[in-house]
Amino acid sequence: MAEAALLPGRIALLGNPNCGKTALFNLLTGSRQKVANYAGVTVERKEGTLRTPAGRTVKVLDLPGAYSLNALSNDEAVTRDVITGHSREALPDLLVCVADATNLRLHLRMVLEARSLGIPLVVALNKMDRAAKLGITIDVESLAQHLGIPVVPTVSISKRGARGLEDHLDRPVPARGSSSWAAQGIEEVRRTQQEVLRIFRATVKEPAVDADPSDRIDRLMMHPFWGLLVLGIVLFVTFVSVFSIGGWLTGYVESAFAWLGGLVEGAMDEGLLRGLLVEGIIGGAGGVFVFLPQILILFLFILALEGSGYLPRAAFLLDKPMSRAGLSGRSFIPLLSSFACAIPGIMATRTITNWRDRLATIMIAPLMACSARIPVYTLIIAALFPGQPLLATLLMIGLYALGIISAMSVAWVMKRSRPTSERSTLLMELPSYQWPDTRSLVIGLWERAMIFLRRVGTIILALTIIMWALYTIPSPRTHAQGTPIERSLAGEIGHALQYVFAPIGFNEHISIALVPGMAAREVVVSSLGMVYAMEGDEDEVGGQLQERIATEWSLGTKLSLLLWIVFAPQCLSTFVTVKRETNSWKYMWIMGGYLFALAYLASLVTYQVTNFLTGS
Amino acid sequence: MSAHVIKNLPLDLLPERRWATVCDVTIPATGVDHELVLRLVELGFVPGERVRIVAEGIGGREPMAVRVGHTTFALRRHEASFIIVEPHP
Repeated sequence: MAEAALLPGRIALLGNPNCGKTALFNLLTGSRQKVANYAGVTVERKEGTLRTPAGRTVKVLDLPGAYSLNALSNDEAVTRDVITGHSREALPDLLVCVADATNLRLHLRMVLEARSLGIPLVVALNKMDRAAKLGITIDVESLAQHLGIPVVPTVSISKRGARGLEDHLDRPVPARGSSSWAAQGIEEVRRTQQEVLRIFRATVKEPAVDADPSDRIDRLMMHPFWGLLVLGIVLFVTFVSVFSIGGWLTGYVESAFAWLGGLVEGAMDEGLLRGLLVEGIIGGAGGVFVFLPQILILFLFILALEGSGYLPRAAFLLDKPMSRAGLSGRSFIPLLSSFACAIPGIMATRTITNWRDRLATIMIAPLMACSARIPVYTLIIAALFPGQPLLATLLMIGLYALGIISAMSVAWVMKRSRPTSERSTLLMELPSYQWPDTRSLVIGLWERAMIFLRRVGTIILALTIIMWALYTIPSPRTHAQGTPIERSLAGEIGHALQYVFAPIGFNEHISIALVPGMAAREVVVSSLGMVYAMEGDEDEVGGQLQERIATEWSLGTKLSLLLWIVFAPQCLSTFVTVKRETNSWKYMWIMGGYLFALAYLASLVTYQVTNFLTGS
Repeated sequence: MSAHVIKNLPLDLLPERRWATVCDVTIPATGVDHELVLRLVELGFVPGERVRIVAEGIGGREPMAVRVGHTTFALRRHEASFIIVEPHP
C-alpha cells in the first residue's frame, strides 16, 4: 500500500553513547517525559512528547545508546530490535540519528548504517557549539548532500538549540521504504569506514593542533598514582557533602516536622485519628521524609560525575584492582549507582557484555550501601556517638567500606568457585570531558525527588499505617499482660519473632519492624519512630527516637542492627529486578540466601562478642 | 639490516605516548574475539588511522587508554593485540 507523505507523529532518537542524545531528549521534551521508575543511565525506555513550532504534538522515544546495530550488549540489542521491527514497538515515522559534531569520524558510521533501515532519517548534528569552540568547521549542506539525507545542527545544552530539528518535524517525511539492513561482517564494516572517511574529509575541517583539553586533563586524572588520589578525593568529598550539608539540611526538615506534629497535636482532640496523624504519619513516614536532602545531594554528585565524563576514567583506574576480585572496570559504574539504589545499578549492568561479569556485578550490587540505608545508619550512629561527629563519621565510612570489601570478597569467591578460560572484556569509551548539562541535572534530580516522595507517600506510608494499626489493635489473647503496646497484635508478633532475633540482640520492636523492612528498609526507622511516639509523653514527638535508642538499647544491639542493615536481603523490588534481569528464579534465591546468611552470622557474632567484651 | 627500519607491532607493545598508524587488524576466525575485532573496526581502528597510548594502568600496562581520532578507548592488552601498528619515527 503506497502511503502518502505524512507529518511525523512519532520519532525515535538513535545515536552512539556520549553523543548528547539524552541531553537533546531532555531539551526536546522538558518535563513532558514518561520515565520508567528508575532512570540511572539510559537503559530504561524513555518516552516524551514535544510540541512543534506549528503546534503539533510529537512523541519522542529515546533509544539506548549504541555504537552499532551489531549488538554486543543487551542495551544495543534493544535499540536494534526496535528499529529493525523485531520488537513490540511500532516503527517510528522518523528516525533522528544524533551525531556528535566534535566526533563525526566515529559517529558517521552509525548514520550510514541507519540509512539502510528504510525508515525516514534526519541527522541531528549535535554539540555544534563545542565544535566551533574547538575550531572544527563542518560544511552542513555538503554533508547533507553526501549523505543524501537532511542534516540539522543542534546544541542540546542551549535553550533554543533544537529549533532547527523542531522546524524539521513540521515538514512531511517520505513514505517508509523497505529495509535492506543486515548485520555487517568485518569486510563490509571496513568498506563503510572508507566511505565514512571520504565523507568526513570532504566536509569537515579540523585545526592542525587538537584543542580538546581532555588529553591534558587525563595526564593527571589517569595517572596511576595521582589519578587514584583524585578519585579518592572525589569520593571523599561526595561522602562528606552527603553527610554534612545533607545532615544539616535534614535538621531543618526535622524541626519542621516536629513543629507540625505539635501543631496537629494541639489542634485536635485525643483519639484514633490524632494518633494516626501524629504517630503514624508525622512521626513515622515523616521520619523518613527528612532524608530527602541527603538523598538528593548523593544523586547530584552521581549525576554530575556521570555527565562530566569522569566516571569511565574512574572505571579505567579501578579495572586492575577489580580484576583481582574477578570483575572488570565496567562493573564500576553500575556499582557506583548502587550507592544511590541497587535497582538502577542492576539495570546499568546491561552495558556489561560478558555474562559472568554481569552476573557477579548483579549479585554484589545490594552490598553497596544504598540511600535507603542512610536513615537507619544515621539514626543508630547518632545514638551510638551523640555529640561526637568524628567518631560518627568514621563509623559511617567503616560501614560503607565493609559493604565494599564484602562485595569484592563475594565476587572473588564466585570467580574461584567457577573457574573459566573466558576473558572478560573491557573495551570502553573514555569520552571528552564536558561540563554537566544543567537541564539534565535538574531533570534527573527532579525525577529522583519524585520517586522518593512517591515511595514515602505510598509504600512507606502504607506500611507505617499498617504497623500503627497492628500496634493499636489489641491481641485476641485475653491473658496477655503489660502495656497496651505489649498487648497489641504487633506486640504479640514481635514476641514470636524473638525466637529468631533474640540471639542477635533485636528486641520486639526491631524484630517486627524488620518484616515490613523487607519492602523498604526505611520502615525500620518510621516504625520505631512511631512506636516510641506512641509510648512517649504527649508533648515530645520529634527528636526523641534517637535518645530512646541511645539509652534503652545495649551497645551490642545497636552494633548488631548496623551489621544487619549492611548485609540483610532487603527491598523486594531489588529481588524482582534481579529475577527480571537474570531471567532466573535461581539467582534471585541464591542472592537472598547468601545475604541472609551473611547478615545473621555477622549480627550474631557482633552481638555475642560485644556482650562478652562488655560483660553484659 | 638497518636500525632505521621500524617494524610493525601489535598495539599493546607500542610505547606509551608514541604516535603510530594502524596498518592492519588481525581477524580471528570465530567466537568472542571475532565479535571484539568487529567492534574495534566499527569504532574506527582501521588502516590509516593515527593512534597513541595516552595512559596505562598500574603495573603490567593493564588496561591501556588508546586515542584514535577524537576518541579515547580503554582496552585490555589482549584487545589491543589485534591491532597492528607502525610507530612513527
